[in-house]
Amino acid sequence: MKYSYFPGCSLKGLGRAYEESLLPVMKHLGVELQELDDWNCCGATAYMAVDEVKACVLAARNLALAEKSGLNQVMAPCAACYLVLNKAKHYFHDYPAIKATMDRALDAVGLHYSGDTPVRHPLDILLNDVGLEAIKQKVEKPLTGLKVATYYGCQIVRPYATFDDQYNPTTMDRLMEALGATVVRYPLKTKCCGGSLTGTLPEAGIRLVYILLNEAQKRGADCIATVCPLCQFNLDGYHAQVKAQYGDVLVPTVYFTQLMGLAFGLPDKQLGLNRAAVPFKWRPTEALPATAPVPA
Amino acid sequence: MKMRPTIKYEADRVRGFGREIMSVPGCEQLESCIQCGTCSGVCPLSIYMDHTPRQVMALTRADFKNEVLRSRTIWLCASCYACTVECPQEIRITDIMYELKQRAIHEGIYPKRFPIPILAHDFSEMVKKNGRITEMLLVIKLFMKTSWLAALGNWRLGIDLIRTGRFSLVTERIRHHGDIARMMDAVDGKKGPSA
Repeated sequence: MKYSYFPGCSLKGLGRAYEESLLPVMKHLGVELQELDDWNCCGATAYMAVDEVKACVLAARNLALAEKSGLNQVMAPCAACYLVLNKAKHYFHDYPAIKATMDRALDAVGLHYSGDTPVRHPLDILLNDVGLEAIKQKVEKPLTGLKVATYYGCQIVRPYATFDDQYNPTTMDRLMEALGATVVRYPLKTKCCGGSLTGTLPEAGIRLVYILLNEAQKRGADCIATVCPLCQFNLDGYHAQVKAQYGDVLVPTVYFTQLMGLAFGLPDKQLGLNRAAVPFKWRPTEALPATAPVPA
Repeated sequence: MKMRPTIKYEADRVRGFGREIMSVPGCEQLESCIQCGTCSGVCPLSIYMDHTPRQVMALTRADFKNEVLRSRTIWLCASCYACTVECPQEIRITDIMYELKQRAIHEGIYPKRFPIPILAHDFSEMVKKNGRITEMLLVIKLFMKTSWLAALGNWRLGIDLIRTGRFSLVTERIRHHGDIARMMDAVDGKKGPSA
């Protein structure tokens, strides 16, 4: 299994713990990743607000580079990148005028995009290509006793539900259960974290963060598992503001890949667990016996 | 107390605005809006809006350009796509919000020193120059342009970022950063310097 890997800006910046944990976990499962050479910004939410066609063109350069690399599929772990790359692909097929613009822009830099390259999320690859059975076999320290609120956020299920249910996604739930964790009922699993509003309009953004944290605490979760660097940043970074306005809700937020790494017995240092503002201190206590006990 | 009319004047319409928006890829379905209000109901931010998403749909379709482009609503949309998924008429409300944001930026009629359009603008400039985003630089630039006080209010966050090794000001740049400008020029129909 080999994929072209599109990290995106966040995984090199504020969301670096996502990449730090994703790479060793994928390697441990025998998934080969080749970082897309000279990739650029996906086109992201903020660019869409300036010029949607140009955002599609930015995405198209990455898709064209992926085709050029000879690897058929792109893995995009960041929820926003995942959405924008897929959106550009939809626009390429649905709107001839936009396709023509994308072609013209790529032509100016000697690139070509055919419109094929599948863009996939790590959860999709883990569940559908690697498989839960293969993942279970790699579990050395099951997450027994850990109560996880699985938080998918917006953009991996909306507007395109590509590999999971739009209203009640379960891929991460099934993954966490395969690792031995207990998944708590979390009805807000696809509610918005506020995106960049936490910084630009805090009175609105911080409230959304509070609602998500508070619900996880009410449900008895030890942590929130997320798939998006912006969700992680918001839920983890704004505790001081949440505390000032609504009271303390100290539920840590981790990437699902960090929990996978813990279950695989990978060392903390490889998983970026020191990156969170609200530290996640829970660790699996017992390792599985190396062989099944032989009856006397 | 400021007095405002409770009904709208015909004269406030900018004829053709609704048609123009509905001709943009992704915005065509606006024509079939039944004003059910599902979008406003599912929107996590509608409680902060001056016009709910349902009202923005109606105002846009009815050509009330100035009212829509001056509305806080378009800047509060966090692009969570809940409305788009729930709309019984399959109207891509999020994409219409994007289009309205673009118009507002283009015409310069958004509230001054309002941070979201400034963020969107700086973001696109940084991408055009470097091909990638250096998040901390973008955030610091935003605070410098808008409010030093807001930056001070976030001191805890800044310390946490430094403590956890996430505060990096090293500019991320792609090797072929000239490609980005050339592609953007090609979109604008400019020839640009030969490669």
